[in-house]
Amino acid sequence: MTSETIKRLLNEAFSPELLEIIDNSAAHAGHAGARSGGGHYHVTIVAESFDGKSLVQRHQLIYKALGDMMKHEIHALGINALSPSEENTGNH
Amino acid sequence: MNVNERIKEQLENNPVVLYMKGTPDFPQCGFSGQTVQVLNACGAKYMHVNIFEDPELREALKIYSNWPTYPQLYVGGELVGGCDIVTDLYQKGELKAMLSAAGGVEN
Repeated sequence: MTSETIKRLLNEAFSPELLEIIDNSAAHAGHAGARSGGGHYHVTIVAESFDGKSLVQRHQLIYKALGDMMKHEIHALGINALSPSEENTGNH
Repeated sequence: MNVNERIKEQLENNPVVLYMKGTPDFPQCGFSGQTVQVLNACGAKYMHVNIFEDPELREALKIYSNWPTYPQLYVGGELVGGCDIVTDLYQKGELKAMLSAAGGVEN
C-alpha cells in the first residue's frame, strides 16, 4: 500500500507527533493526471522539524523524505505541515 | 541556451510565472485549474508555461526548485509553492499583496 510507505518514510524522517494520511485516489480516477497511475494523497503532519520554516521549506522537506515516490506512486500530495506549537494554538 | 538558462530567463523577465499542466483556458489538472482561478481572483497578470509542451523543462524545473509536482507558482523569481500553498495564501489575504509587490497585478 502506497499510503503505508508514505507513513513509514515520514515517520522515519520527522518522528512526528501526529501523522494522518488520506488516500483520495479513487476520487480522481480517470482524469488526465491519474493516467500515469499515481495516486492522490493528503498528509497532515505535526513535527518539531517544521518550527520556524516557511510553507515552501516544509513542503520541500516532505518531498525530499518521499524521494522517488513523487515520481511514480504519488501524482498529487496535499500537505498540512505544522509545528507542535502551531497545532496547540489551533492555527490550521 | 540550455534549459536552466531558459528557466532563469523566464523568471527574471516575468514577475509572476505559473508552470502548469495545460493552459489557463484549458487546464489539464484540477490543481493547475484551481491555481489559475485563485490568480484570476487576485487580478494577476502572469506568464504561464504548459509543461506538457516542454518535457525537458518539466524535468529540469523539478530539480531546479527541489519541487517535484506541478503547478509551481513563482513570484519575483522565487518559488511560492503549489496549489495548496497558493490557495492558503489567498485565503489568508496575503497572495494579492505578494503579487502587487512584485508588479504582477493588473492596474
